[in-house]
Amino acid sequence: MAAENRPKLITRRRAIVAGLASVGGVFLARRPAELPPTYGNLLRMGDTFTYAAHRALLPGQSLVKEYTLADLSSFPATGTIDDKGKPPAAAYRKLQADGFTGWTLTVEGRVRTPRAFALRDIKQLPSRTQITRHTCEEGWTAIGQWTGTPLSAVLDLVGVLPSARFVIFESHDEWVDGIDMLDALHPQTILAYGMNGRELPVQHGAPVRLRVETQIGYKSMKYLKRIVVKDEFDDGGEKGNIRNGWAWYNGI
Amino acid sequence: MILNGLPRLGYTALRLTTETGAPPHHESWVRISHWILAAALLVLVFTGVAILMVHPRLYWGETGNDLTPALLELKISRNYRHGGWTAQTPFFQAPGSAISAVRTYDIFNQNGWARSLHFLSAWWLAIPGVLYLVNGLARGHFRWPQYGRAQRLAYRFIVFVAAPLMVLTGMTMAPAVTAAMPFLLRVFGGYQSARTIHFFTFVVLLVFTAGHVVMVIRSGFRRQMRGMTLGS
Repeated sequence: MAAENRPKLITRRRAIVAGLASVGGVFLARRPAELPPTYGNLLRMGDTFTYAAHRALLPGQSLVKEYTLADLSSFPATGTIDDKGKPPAAAYRKLQADGFTGWTLTVEGRVRTPRAFALRDIKQLPSRTQITRHTCEEGWTAIGQWTGTPLSAVLDLVGVLPSARFVIFESHDEWVDGIDMLDALHPQTILAYGMNGRELPVQHGAPVRLRVETQIGYKSMKYLKRIVVKDEFDDGGEKGNIRNGWAWYNGI
Repeated sequence: MILNGLPRLGYTALRLTTETGAPPHHESWVRISHWILAAALLVLVFTGVAILMVHPRLYWGETGNDLTPALLELKISRNYRHGGWTAQTPFFQAPGSAISAVRTYDIFNQNGWARSLHFLSAWWLAIPGVLYLVNGLARGHFRWPQYGRAQRLAYRFIVFVAAPLMVLTGMTMAPAVTAAMPFLLRVFGGYQSARTIHFFTFVVLLVFTAGHVVMVIRSGFRRQMRGMTLGS
């Protein structure tokens, strides 16, 4: 009887409140320094919440699953340079005709030494080959083998300033997209110039495309042209995903 | 077990239809959870169908796309068997090599909003769902003594099997999540298997919801709605 009258030290309500508070604490402590804006849009609020939750709750840079050569699958090419609605990429065709010898990838912005890399420069950097699953937002998947140089190697060479938070990519087919520093420095985030043991085919983004394995397929930009390191979030404006009605973060 | 429960279910339904007494009592946390989860489910169904319409093909294993055979194809959008691909280019010399082809067909695709809205409502399912589950277990809510055996079994199946399966197979389709939790891919046998299980679990949930609504209507719609909104 006496035990029942004694006030409980831990009530269910207190346990739930404490649980919620500790989850909230982890969330606040580990939230990204810079969150993408919500634009007062319900969908973008959801995207931002997902982004913050992933950054707060998932361990930093876990590697995605890598497969074997036996797992290589057929691979649709969508969002190619010839897509309807895109401006005719005359400059790109010229580079292609010259075997991409005139192609360069400029890396600039919040870096110590901005630089333009030729294809052969990139091929001389440390290389990484990975067999990963491409996950398209449409719902299909394909496994390919990618060879390239880690984006982190390129960023190391140009010297990213400590205040930098985002890496923005521009493509020859007029897209602008970006990722945060965590994904940019992820070991499997590579600038790929090889696919399935050969040069990267044009329909898959020649001469160099991005592979962001921790996100949905469309973040892995094809036909890279320019990389800009920035302190603040950049949605790419008219050429970016958000203005075209698509999420910026796609780890989901 | 379900067969054993059926006569009881019939009896219960019959009993409920003739019942004209006070509305069933539901505590406030049950009522709030019920309506948040119901709203989330409604949006998830709507956006989920929109997402499936973009690629109405299901597969087993890790990979599956328009250039590989499907387990099942659903005739739910103009993307069904669209066949708009250029000549296939093999990646390797060997016969039966993996191939590539370029899409030439303007597909139906509303995933820009459908995906974001799906994940937004998924949070509204997952977070209140976990709170409901934890609170319910702590309170012994899932004993459901007022329900017949088959009904209890059905509700427990939804709460402990179908709903968690839906969330877990959904998480298996998120690249950032499976990077951190690779066991998800092993448990479900790959991305496309998870997607296929996600679809069939959705069908089960849809059948359950239809049955649930029919029973609510047959046992006195106004009375039941009053119980689930006002509490009594």
